[in-house]
Amino acid sequence: MSELDDLKTKYVKQIEAASDLASLDAIRVAALGKKGEISLQMRTLGQMSPAEKKVMGPALNGLKTEISSLVESRKTTLETQALNIALANETLDMSLPVPTPQGRLHPVMQVMEEMAVIFADQGFRVAEGPDIEDDFHNFTALNFPPGHPARDMHDTFFLKPDSSGNKMVLRTHTSPVQIRTMMSQKPPIRIIIPGRTYRCDSDQTHTPMFHQVEGLVIDKTTHMGHLKGCLMDFISAFFETDVEVRFRPHHFPFTEPSAEMDVRYERVGNEIRIGQGDEWMEILGCGMVHPDVLRNCGLDPDEYQGFAFGMGVDRLAMLKYGIPDLRDMFAPDPRWLGHYGFSPLLQANLATGLS
Amino acid sequence: MKFTLSWLKEHLETDATISEVVEAMTLAGLEVEGVENPAETLKEFSIAKVVSAEKHPDADRLKVCQVDTRDGRKQIVCGAPNARAGMTVAYAPLGAYIPGLDFSLDKKPRKIRGVESSGMMCSSKEMEMGDDHDGIMDLDASLEMGMPLADALKLNDPVIDFEVTPNRPDWLGVDNIARDLSATGLGRWITPKIQSVQGSFPCPVNIEIDAQDACPVFAGRVIKGVKNGPSPEWLQAKLKAIGVKPISALVDITNYISYDRARPLHVYDMSKITGTLRARLGKDETFTALDDKSYTCSDDMCVIADDARVLGLGGVMGGAHSGCSSETVDVLIESAYFDPARTRRTGRATGINSDAKYRFERGVDTGFVRDGLEMATGLVLDICGGVASEIAVAGEVPPPPPPIQFDPALNERLSGIYLSDEQMSTILQALGFGIAETKSGWTVSVPSHRRDCTQGADLVEELVRIHGLHNMEAKSLSVPAGRREPLATDLQNKTRTARRALAGAGLSEAVTWSFVADKFAQIFGGGSEDLLLDNPISSDLNCMRPTALIHLLLAGQRSADKGYSGAALFEAGPTYQSAAPDGQTPTIAGIRRCETNRHWQGNTSPDAYTAKQDVLLALAAMGAKTDTLQISKPTGSYWHPGKSGRLQMGPKNILADFGELHPGVLKKMGINCPVVAFEIWPATLPKTRKKAGKSKGALNISDLMPVHRDFAFIVPTDSSADTLIRAVKGADKALITHVELFDIYQGKGVEDGYKSLALDVTLSPKDQTLTDKEIDGVCAPKRRNQAQNYGVRTVRSCAFLYRINSQH
Repeated sequence: MSELDDLKTKYVKQIEAASDLASLDAIRVAALGKKGEISLQMRTLGQMSPAEKKVMGPALNGLKTEISSLVESRKTTLETQALNIALANETLDMSLPVPTPQGRLHPVMQVMEEMAVIFADQGFRVAEGPDIEDDFHNFTALNFPPGHPARDMHDTFFLKPDSSGNKMVLRTHTSPVQIRTMMSQKPPIRIIIPGRTYRCDSDQTHTPMFHQVEGLVIDKTTHMGHLKGCLMDFISAFFETDVEVRFRPHHFPFTEPSAEMDVRYERVGNEIRIGQGDEWMEILGCGMVHPDVLRNCGLDPDEYQGFAFGMGVDRLAMLKYGIPDLRDMFAPDPRWLGHYGFSPLLQANLATGLS
Repeated sequence: MKFTLSWLKEHLETDATISEVVEAMTLAGLEVEGVENPAETLKEFSIAKVVSAEKHPDADRLKVCQVDTRDGRKQIVCGAPNARAGMTVAYAPLGAYIPGLDFSLDKKPRKIRGVESSGMMCSSKEMEMGDDHDGIMDLDASLEMGMPLADALKLNDPVIDFEVTPNRPDWLGVDNIARDLSATGLGRWITPKIQSVQGSFPCPVNIEIDAQDACPVFAGRVIKGVKNGPSPEWLQAKLKAIGVKPISALVDITNYISYDRARPLHVYDMSKITGTLRARLGKDETFTALDDKSYTCSDDMCVIADDARVLGLGGVMGGAHSGCSSETVDVLIESAYFDPARTRRTGRATGINSDAKYRFERGVDTGFVRDGLEMATGLVLDICGGVASEIAVAGEVPPPPPPIQFDPALNERLSGIYLSDEQMSTILQALGFGIAETKSGWTVSVPSHRRDCTQGADLVEELVRIHGLHNMEAKSLSVPAGRREPLATDLQNKTRTARRALAGAGLSEAVTWSFVADKFAQIFGGGSEDLLLDNPISSDLNCMRPTALIHLLLAGQRSADKGYSGAALFEAGPTYQSAAPDGQTPTIAGIRRCETNRHWQGNTSPDAYTAKQDVLLALAAMGAKTDTLQISKPTGSYWHPGKSGRLQMGPKNILADFGELHPGVLKKMGINCPVVAFEIWPATLPKTRKKAGKSKGALNISDLMPVHRDFAFIVPTDSSADTLIRAVKGADKALITHVELFDIYQGKGVEDGYKSLALDVTLSPKDQTLTDKEIDGVCAPKRRNQAQNYGVRTVRSCAFLYRINSQH
């Protein structure tokens, strides 16, 4: 038995002293390999007497198990050591900068989405139409007779005359889409029309291209009180605050009665705060669709009625998000877009907020 | 339109303050644009009396004055030659702001050549009240010392400026403003009736009309023996206050009536009229107008002519020949009606924008032709003296506007505001409408100055305007009950997601002009004649854009010029192929400038494949099956011929172009670095199919391991990888689930002119593990010669070309 004890002592020592996986494996082979010392001893069991076997069998098996588990445990230790040494040489400077591409969405597009969301909640669908319009859709059908001074209110861009002398126009408002819609579908109609519009005007507060959102409701019962309610609901939702408004009469050729809506505001330093304050600011024009416009679209004003409104998207974007200069909107500058733009992950909606 | 508060109060009896007047106007639809009160700028100035004026001991041109002011006696050194003892002057105290000099006086007395001076005595120029700078203002001695200067000069009269909408030409006269305000309850309308003047002799000038459409009526009267000097102080002050320059009594009288009653008139020097005065159309004659410019009168213009010459453009401007001067003794006053549309055309053609033209083109009150003439006569006789003839009228006053059949219920139906019949009739009558009740409703007569009212809705507008929209109850729109269809269109949704995909990939969204310079449009295949603007704002923006790339490129360059390189921009917006309604195409275009990007990981600047990645991201976001798209070459010559591609579905449906832009194009546009770009046409994508339900169907996934096999194909260098990959995929559509190109090799071992494309092919068994035989079956190199069809020269490892071939 002392022979086995010696064997054990020898291998335990050797295993503990093994400094790498290769020498540990050599020890394992020397002890437990096919021709290893312990394996050879175990082969001798067959020639032993049953009494000897009874003693030596468990002793040898025990030794084998013990040595083998010591080897495993030493192996784990050595592997961990080796990994730690290897990892020690694998450091990265995690402070190094990595590219994080993040584009921004344009505030005008964001605001148009916000408007679509608010009006969708009131049942409005989004309609669109061409930027290049004929005189009929942009003016005549909207009750601007040819040669009428009302046309002076719009500084119109014309395209070069065609062979028969007709000049197409760049739409001066999104209202022609009202005409296109009323001429092509039966009421009830409830649409908003966002889009590009054009006027031949360029200074600090006017750009030759700008954006409008137009609204149109046609059915048999909608009256001017609904117009007021619809727009009051809209404007507070849009500015995400309670906004005090004022309706006052105005004139537009395509609505009768016509009105403009003002909102309260105050100036705090360079900032304009919409909602409360001492001043009124005009924000949009609106009215009941003119009976002549309904007639021009083949609708009987004794049967159908409704309202229309139109507002400048760029200006509303400026007011809501504190953008100081209209002209910057259309001259893409990375710093401007970085500051005034919106994350593409943000989707304006009424459940989580508009912005 | 400007008017003063005191002028309004001549027509409106009211105690209202200026802010109450402004409020009432605003709420009645007269949009006030501004209120100016001259008293504001003069509030520091007051009347003072000069007690003594002695020569300055040290300066010949200066005087040392003792002045009694509301601040006590002051010593003021003054350089004015007219300063004298006993003079009544305009006094500015220390610290006062002098508007005409745009500076403020010192707050402490200062010494002028050793003599202390406290304050200043002002000239009219220094007060911005005239050009006189020869001396200080020499005011009426009866003015009391200490009185505010604004009161002394009767300048304490606010001027209101408001927007006259084109439907209300009657608001171009103060009288009609007063009438509207009285209807709102602000005061009592007190305009006196016009007194007619009995003529003492027949009108000696014969008046005829040859163009009844252009000038339906012409009333005239002669006044003999007038004296045309400067008009009286009250009249001059009235006109000056609203910015109209006084000229002479006769001219000032017509201007006054123009602003008081919106009734333009014209006065002719009778001695310059030869024979009959005639309203007719032009005959291409030239004449010199009162502005001393020469105009040619076409046959579209209405002229007033005598037997010898054209005397004026009817309703637009009179002629220099027959204008009144200080020598004028006998005059003829014209009160006519000119056709609005023709007046407007004449104004356009001549470029004349006179007060008369502004009123006639909008329509003047046909009911005031004769009254206007009577009113002018009265004023001329009062101010210039003389004897009036009888009135001669040629033509006929146009009939009054037709009455409106009005159902009183329409008001509530359209406006939602309930008004009693009495309330409605009170409002309408206050505005000059007449009401007769009939069995079928009301017959409402329309006053001659309200031709804008032609139907019931117009009367509703009057009712709600005067009642006040601020008194209207707001009602939220009710949403129809039940399920609602989505409100956005398929295209809108696609564009929305594509924009977000691109922004996520690092491109920022721009919105740029729809118009570009035609020279750039031409480079990008546009610039055709039908898309040029007739009146562009500048030559840089004179043509509807064929692509959104132009402004993005220019913007990227501008940023680079300012020191911000690497612009990555996109825009979703329209491009224009023709002026027809369907000639507009929605597009999503983007650019990335390929400036060398110095980064510790190496150059990460974008290349043509970055553009491809952008396009595929956007297309995938829009729901396109990007792995089934075919690739070809863009047709636009602005793309790099070798580094650009086109993605399409089938032979005709083009979804997108991408790649590097042609260096020659960039050079022409002044872009100083390579740029990769893309254009996507979202409308060409197939519509998202509406399924009967929203169920995604069952998912069948196999537990069996997929098998990978690698192949290398030797193909000519110019052949497209896409063709090969497509063919490989097609060899067994059921079994081959993925093909990955993992290496491209040219060089040793591969012949010149050829490249090796290495593919990892994934075979995914569905029902049972594949046997070697089955795998080899897919890959068996049979009918290898047919591989030539694909330009394949050699297939290494194994191949499945017979399957490829069996499909063709």
